[in-house]
Amino acid sequence: MKIWMAMAAALALSVSTGAVQAQEKLKACFVYVGPVGDFGYSYQHDLGRKAVEKELGDKVETVYLENVAEGPDAERAIERLAREGCKIIFTTSFGFMDPTIKVAAKYPDIKFEHATGYKKADNVAIYNARFYEGRYVMGQIAAKMSKAGLAGYIVSFPIPEVVMGINAFMLGAQSVNPDFKVKIIWVNSWYDPGKEADAAKVLFGQGADIMVQHTDSTAPLQIAEEQGKLGFGQSSDMIKFAPKAQLTSNTDDWDPYYIARVKAVLDGTWKSEDTWGGMKDGMVVLSPFTNMPDDVKKMAEDTVAKIKSGEFHPFTGVITKQDGTTVGEAGKVLPDSELLGMNYYIKGVDDKLPQ
Amino acid sequence: MRLVLEKRAERSTRMALLSPLIAIVLTLVTGGIIFALRGLDPLAALYVYFIEPLTSSWSIEQLIVKATPLALIGAALGVSYLANVWNIGAEGQLTAGAIFGSIIPVYFPEMQTPLTLVLMLALGIIGGMAFGAIPAFLKNRFSANEILTSLMLVYVAQLILDWLVRGPWRDPQGYNFPKTISFTNWQTLPSFQVLPPSIGPLYVNLGAILAVLAAISLAFLMGRTLKGFELRVQGVAPRAGRFAGFSREKTVWFCFLLSGGLAGLAGICEVMSTVGQLQPGISPGYGFTAIIVAFLGRLNPIGALVAAFALAISYLGGESAQVALGISDKTARVFQGILLFYILACDSLILYRFKLIGLSAAPVESRA
Amino acid sequence: MNDQLLSIILTIITASTPLLLASIGELVVERSGVLNLGVEGMMAVGAVCGFGAALTTGSPLIGILAAIAAGVLLSLLFGFLTLTMISNQVATGLALTLLGLGLAGLIGESFVGQPGVKLQNLDIPVLSAIPFIGPILFGQDLLVYVSLAIVAGVSYVLFRTKTGLIIRAVGDSHQSAHALGYSVIGVRYLAVMFGGGCAGLAGGYLSLAYTPQWVENMTSGRGWIALALVVFASWLPWRLAIGAYLFGTITILGFSLQAIGIGIPSQLLSSLPYIVTILALVVISGNRALTRANTPACLGQPFVPDR
Repeated sequence: MKIWMAMAAALALSVSTGAVQAQEKLKACFVYVGPVGDFGYSYQHDLGRKAVEKELGDKVETVYLENVAEGPDAERAIERLAREGCKIIFTTSFGFMDPTIKVAAKYPDIKFEHATGYKKADNVAIYNARFYEGRYVMGQIAAKMSKAGLAGYIVSFPIPEVVMGINAFMLGAQSVNPDFKVKIIWVNSWYDPGKEADAAKVLFGQGADIMVQHTDSTAPLQIAEEQGKLGFGQSSDMIKFAPKAQLTSNTDDWDPYYIARVKAVLDGTWKSEDTWGGMKDGMVVLSPFTNMPDDVKKMAEDTVAKIKSGEFHPFTGVITKQDGTTVGEAGKVLPDSELLGMNYYIKGVDDKLPQ
Repeated sequence: MRLVLEKRAERSTRMALLSPLIAIVLTLVTGGIIFALRGLDPLAALYVYFIEPLTSSWSIEQLIVKATPLALIGAALGVSYLANVWNIGAEGQLTAGAIFGSIIPVYFPEMQTPLTLVLMLALGIIGGMAFGAIPAFLKNRFSANEILTSLMLVYVAQLILDWLVRGPWRDPQGYNFPKTISFTNWQTLPSFQVLPPSIGPLYVNLGAILAVLAAISLAFLMGRTLKGFELRVQGVAPRAGRFAGFSREKTVWFCFLLSGGLAGLAGICEVMSTVGQLQPGISPGYGFTAIIVAFLGRLNPIGALVAAFALAISYLGGESAQVALGISDKTARVFQGILLFYILACDSLILYRFKLIGLSAAPVESRA
Repeated sequence: MNDQLLSIILTIITASTPLLLASIGELVVERSGVLNLGVEGMMAVGAVCGFGAALTTGSPLIGILAAIAAGVLLSLLFGFLTLTMISNQVATGLALTLLGLGLAGLIGESFVGQPGVKLQNLDIPVLSAIPFIGPILFGQDLLVYVSLAIVAGVSYVLFRTKTGLIIRAVGDSHQSAHALGYSVIGVRYLAVMFGGGCAGLAGGYLSLAYTPQWVENMTSGRGWIALALVVFASWLPWRLAIGAYLFGTITILGFSLQAIGIGIPSQLLSSLPYIVTILALVVISGNRALTRANTPACLGQPFVPDR
C-alpha cells in the first residue's frame, strides 16, 4: 500500500509541473448544498451565478459544485475550488461556515463569501438577506385575506432565520388583526414535496385558510390551489404552480449582490464585509401581488415602500415575547445581533418552540 | 441463442485478478462514450476522473480521508454478511457513535489530555455497539428481521442527533444554529506524516491508521482463527454450523457488535476530523456506501480497504470532473453507477463462465 | 370535527398509496427469491419519466404508462445483472439506486420549475356526494383504486393460482422448481419487471397525483420505506396494505398533533413511524411459525442450475 502511494506521489510531482498557469478570466466559484434543480434555495443561488456570467461576460468564468452535503465533504469541496484557481468562492449554506473559515486561512489570496453565517475573516465576507421583511408584509396580507383568522405555517428546522420569519409574519398579521392565529408544523426537512403537501392538507383540515411555508417545494401552494385556499410562495416565484392561490412570493434575488462582489474582485476593491441586505438592496423581492383586492394590494405596497425607505422596521421595540417578557426599547429597532440569534416566539404564537 | 453463465469447477484465480481490469476497461469505454455524447473530449474527461485524483498529495490525502470510514465500516460489514447477518443500519450506528463520543467535549469541554482522545474514540465504539445491539437483541429474542430493524433505526438515530444539536447540546455562543461547540486539540484526531516532504509530504490522520489496523485484524480473524471459521461455516452452511455446535445467537451478537462498533468508530472519527463538531449532517451516507464497499471487496476485509479506495476515487473523480469539465453532479453519479455495475458483473466471471446455448454447446469464455 | 377527520383520512390515503404501490411490486419480486434494493432509484426514474411524458402530451394517463415503462426498463437492467450475470443482488440494488437517482436528475434537468399535469380525482357522480363516506370511497384518484386492485390481484394470484404457486416455488426452492421444469430465471425476470413497473408507477404517483411537479430527490427515501414494509408484512399482500396505511397514518397523525400545538419535539413525532414499525415487527415476529412459513427461503440467493 505504502509503496503504491509513494508511486502515486511520484507521479503527482511529475504531472503537477505541467499544471495550468493563472488564467486571464476571473474564476468565480459557488458551492451549493442542494441540487440546482431544487427550484428553491440552491436554484436561486444558481440564477445568481448565471447572472454574473451574463453581466460580466468573458471577463469571468464560473464553476459550481452542487449537492455538497454539510459535513465531511464540505471542506474538501471548498478547498478543491480554491486549488482550481477560483479567485472568489461563494459558499451558500450555513453549514459551510467552519469549513470556509478553515480553507480561507490556508488561502489568504482568495476571497470567500459565506451566506447566512456569522464568522468573518480578512478574506471571508458574510452575506444574508433580510427575508423577515417580506414575511412581515405577508403577515399583513394574510390577516386581511384570511376569513378564519388562522394561517397554517410549514417550517423546516428551528433555526433563528426561521423563528425570525414566524415572528415577523405574526407581527405583520397582528398589526392588522390582533387576534390572528397561526398553526405550525415542523416537517424536519427543507425539501420533501410529499411531506410538505401532507402538512398543508392537515393544516387546511384544521381550519387554516392561508398557507405560509419556510420550506422549498411548491407542494403546499399546489394544495392551496387545489382546495381553493390561498398561500405564499418561497424562494422562487411560484405563480405558475398556483395561479389562483399565490398571493405573493418571498423570493431571494442574489443577482445584484453576486455581480457587485465579483466586480469588486475584478476592480481590486473587494473588502471583507458583513452584508445583510433587504428589500432596499434588491436582495429580497416580493413577487407581484396577485389574487387580492386593490386595498390589500395598496396596503402591501405601502409597507414595502416604508421598509425600503427605512421609515419602518418590522422588529421595532417594545416586543412582547410569548412568555410575557419584553425585548427592545420603545421606538427603537432591535439590533441585528438580537435578530440573528432569535430563539423565542413573540406573544400570540400558540406553538411551543422546540428547544 | 441464449447467453448463460455456468459454474466453474473452482474459482478462477486468473479471473479474480482479471475481472477488475475488464470492468475498468468496459467502464472507460462506456464513460468515454457518455462524455463524448455530452460534447467532451473523452480522453481528457477520463483523465480528470481517474488519474487526476492521484496526481497530487493533497488529493491523495483527500482520497484517504474519504476512504477511511468506508473501509472501517465495509470491512466489518463484509464479515457480518459472510456470516449471514444482514446489518444494513451501519449509518445509524455511525451516528450513535458520533453522539456517544461527543459526550466528552460537550459536557467536559475543559478536559484536554491524551485521555480525552482515547475516551472519545472508546465512547464512539461503545455507542455504535450499543446501537448495533438493538437489532441483534430483537433478532435473537423476537426473531425480528434485522434488515428492517437496523434500517429503521438509522432514521431514529439521525432524529436523535438532530434533536440533540438543536436542543440540549447546542453551542451557547452559536446564535442558536444547530451545532455543538467546535472540537479542539485533543478532541480532534492527530495527523501523522507518512511520507517525507521529498516525495510528499503526505499526512494521514489517526482514523486512517485505525482503519488499516482494523482491516488487517479482521483479515487475520477470518483467515487464521477458529472464530473466523465458525463465521464462514454459518454463512455457507447454516445447518452444518448448528450441528457443529456453533451458536447462531452468539454469531448475531458478535457481528452486530463488531460492525456496530467499527461504524461507531468511523462516526466519531468523522466528527473529530473532517466535521470538527457535532451537527445534523455528519455523514454523506457512509454507512450505506460501505455496503457497496463490502461487496466490491468480495466480503474480504483487505478487499474492503481496496474497494473503499476505489470508491473514493470515483467520488473525488466525479467532483473534479464537475469543476474541470462542468458536468453536473448527476452525470457523475450515473457514471459511478455504471462503474459499479461493471465491477459487480465482471466479478461473476470468477465463479462462472459464459456459455452460449443454442448454436453450439461449447463454452465461450469472456464474451462480454 | 367530521371535516377534520375526513381531511385527515383523505391525506392518509394519498400519503400511503405510493408506499403501497412500490412495496407490493417488491413483494412479488421477493416472493420469487430476488431482493431488489433499488426501489428508490426506480421510483425516481418513474417519477421523472411520468412527469415528462404527461407534460409533453398533456395526458396524465400517458404519464402513468411512461412511469411504468421507465420502471420496467430500469428493473430489466437489474435483472440482467443479477439473473443473467449472477451479480450480488444487494450491491447491485444499491448501485441501481445510485444510478436511478442520477439518471432521474439528468432527465429532469429541463422539467424543474414547471407545473405538471395533475391526475384528477375520479369523483364518481352521486356516490362521491354521500357525506363523509362518499369522498373517501368514491372520490379518490385512479391510482388509489389501482393500488388496492393490485394488492387484491397479487394476493389472489400468489395464493389461489398455479402461477402463484410457481412464483412461490421459485422463491422457496429454486432447485426443485428447476427440476420440475420451470424456468427459474424466466419467472424471476417477470417478477423483477413487475416490481420495476410498480416502483415506476409509485414514482409516477408522486409526480402526477401526490404533488404534480418534478424536483430532484422528490422520492425522499420512500423507496427504502417500501422495502421495509415488505419485510414488515412478512410477504403477505393484505398485511402489506395494512402496513402501508399504518405508516401513512402515523406520519399524518404526527403532523396533526403538532398543528394542535402540543409541545412534543417534532423529531420524536417524525421518528414515530419508524419506531412503531419496529415495535409492530417485534410483535409480529413473535409468531415465529407464521414468519418462517412466509419468508422466501431463496431470497437473495443466485440461481445456477445444478447439472
